[in-house]
Amino acid sequence: MWDYTSKLMDHFKNPRNVGVIEKPDGIGEVGSLACGDALRLMFKLDDKGQIENVKFQTFGCASAIASSSALTEMLIGKTLAEAQKITNQDIADFLGGMPDQKMHCSVMGRDALSAAIENYEKGSPPDKKVDSDIVCQCFGVTQLEIERAVRENHLTTIEEVTNYTKAGGGCESCHDDISQIIARVRAEKKDTGDPADVPVRKKELTTVQKIRMIEETLDREIRPSLKKDGGDIELVDLDGDKVIVSMRGTCAQCRLVDFTLKDVVETKIKEFVADNLRVVEEGSEEEAR
Amino acid sequence: MNVYLDNNATTMVAPEVIEAMSPFWSELYGNPSSIHSFGGQVGKHIRKAREQIAALLGARPDEIVFTGCGSEGDNLAIRGTLAALSGRKRHIITTRVEHPAVRVTFQQLEKQGYRLTEMPVDHDGALDLEKLDAAITPDTAIVSIMWANNETGVIFPIEEIAHMVKAKGAVFHTDAVQAAGKLPIDMSRVPVDVLTISGHKLHAPKGVGALFVRKGTKLVPHISGGHQEGGKRAGTENVPGIVGLGVAAEMASAAIGSENNLVRALRDRLKSGLLADCKGAVVNGKNCLPNTLNISFENIEGESILLMLDAIGVAASSGSACTSGSLEPSHVLRAMGIPFTLAHGSVRFSLSRYNIEAEIDHVLAHMPGIVERLLEISPFAHQVPGSTWGVAPGCDT
Repeated sequence: MWDYTSKLMDHFKNPRNVGVIEKPDGIGEVGSLACGDALRLMFKLDDKGQIENVKFQTFGCASAIASSSALTEMLIGKTLAEAQKITNQDIADFLGGMPDQKMHCSVMGRDALSAAIENYEKGSPPDKKVDSDIVCQCFGVTQLEIERAVRENHLTTIEEVTNYTKAGGGCESCHDDISQIIARVRAEKKDTGDPADVPVRKKELTTVQKIRMIEETLDREIRPSLKKDGGDIELVDLDGDKVIVSMRGTCAQCRLVDFTLKDVVETKIKEFVADNLRVVEEGSEEEAR
Repeated sequence: MNVYLDNNATTMVAPEVIEAMSPFWSELYGNPSSIHSFGGQVGKHIRKAREQIAALLGARPDEIVFTGCGSEGDNLAIRGTLAALSGRKRHIITTRVEHPAVRVTFQQLEKQGYRLTEMPVDHDGALDLEKLDAAITPDTAIVSIMWANNETGVIFPIEEIAHMVKAKGAVFHTDAVQAAGKLPIDMSRVPVDVLTISGHKLHAPKGVGALFVRKGTKLVPHISGGHQEGGKRAGTENVPGIVGLGVAAEMASAAIGSENNLVRALRDRLKSGLLADCKGAVVNGKNCLPNTLNISFENIEGESILLMLDAIGVAASSGSACTSGSLEPSHVLRAMGIPFTLAHGSVRFSLSRYNIEAEIDHVLAHMPGIVERLLEISPFAHQVPGSTWGVAPGCDT
């Protein structure tokens, strides 16, 4: 069973602003019956350009209905410029969060809003999706939609893209394409230096910085537990991405040394220093490689 | 009112089963393999359970192998008989509507180099037996076809299929997890080689199952170790579970008649009531188990229906994509060619002999309102001027 928040369940059981506006200023429709969820969003502006009325109709699961309901509550009183700034994460946050696998419901809300605003601005229905732009044939997800989800939500894996857009959740034949889109968007972000996307530890470190951070990590994360068992670990050298260490005391004879090195030491060093580092024991075959 | 209508997922353990199991936790807890009489006295209870299960299946007691669950049974049956053939035959056949325990196993075997044929079903969920017959070749190692489908309850003609497969010299396995206790099964008459059952689908506890392995069928164990279960499945016996399964099997044998009268009558009451009072209701599958009703509601979505039912105390399940965590609706409904408009809105009600008429009436009283409410929210139930709605490209397959 899904772990839905009580606020989400409230918006599912008592959805706000269900219905149709007779002559809406903007109408947005996304999703389809085939895809398993769909949302029609309509709004009307007052003379100050603020959204005075908004209605929705949704086909889908509890989180799809709740996301739509939440979005309508968030929209009332906003100008279109303000409305444009609402992200799918805002919708999820409004509901107190939602399961990862259901994030595409919040994305559907955001997409319907974009479509409705576009409809208002152009006075015509939003351009239909063109087949050639579609990356995921199973769910009809376009390159643009995937790019936007990756960019706005800092997605890094195919699984995350599937959770947010459904793309890749069917026959999986588009997984390579999705990987390329992720790589491209992330490369763009590095160029523009989007701070949200460059965690501190992933900045290029100098060798001296790396050595210092490795020592700190060993001190803080590793040594205390090794010392309890009468062992110790020493940093011998840093050669490119190779962290050469030597096991001391009881650890030197321990049959679990390989496990300790790879699954404990290396994991911690990757976590706290840099992803590309690997840990090898001094004098081992791996060190020679 | 709490109404449990998800018995194809799992069942309540019968009070008689709990009572029969109770001495085996802290009184008769010896290991049946031990030399001392403290352990040895347990052996006769396992023998009794073996007889009870053999009676349910029309088998001999020495043809019953205890397992940990239905999935283990399916894996042992398929992988074990294939291993015994040492790769001499490379073709395997199953259907598109099998439980994942069979379906995924066959797909893995395909990756290992076996040639896989997955038989399609028609709109009613039925197999084309002529096509099946034509698909079996001298190279076919095993055919695995379920007795009854877990999602729709559709029953396959296993007796006819078994004769067909045996005439061509392949091994025949059937997953009878849903059928056992609901349909008469007689292995003395039907030439099945290996058959799977699971305890928790017939009011025994979870964590115990059994395999019927016809005498003479070669099977390589995949859990090796001790000599238990005639060397076919090592591991100290789950004595309480096995005793429970034995009693549950005996009760099921006795209840098959009522299953087919009382439970069927309740299911039919539910079916005709929902069809009469709910907009856009369509039943999926024909020739079904007496306890199962798979019904779709057009233009609304299954998870929403289930959560609305949950709010009034009713437990059921759905073939909708959203409930499973996957994005595709049920592979069974899709194999039957049920359109997406209906597949996403499917609900499975599965009854047991513990259900009563008042529970069915509780569902019938609330379901039309739930459908009405969700249709009110659904965009597909309304014509709106200015709507450009078409099926999204790529989604209309």
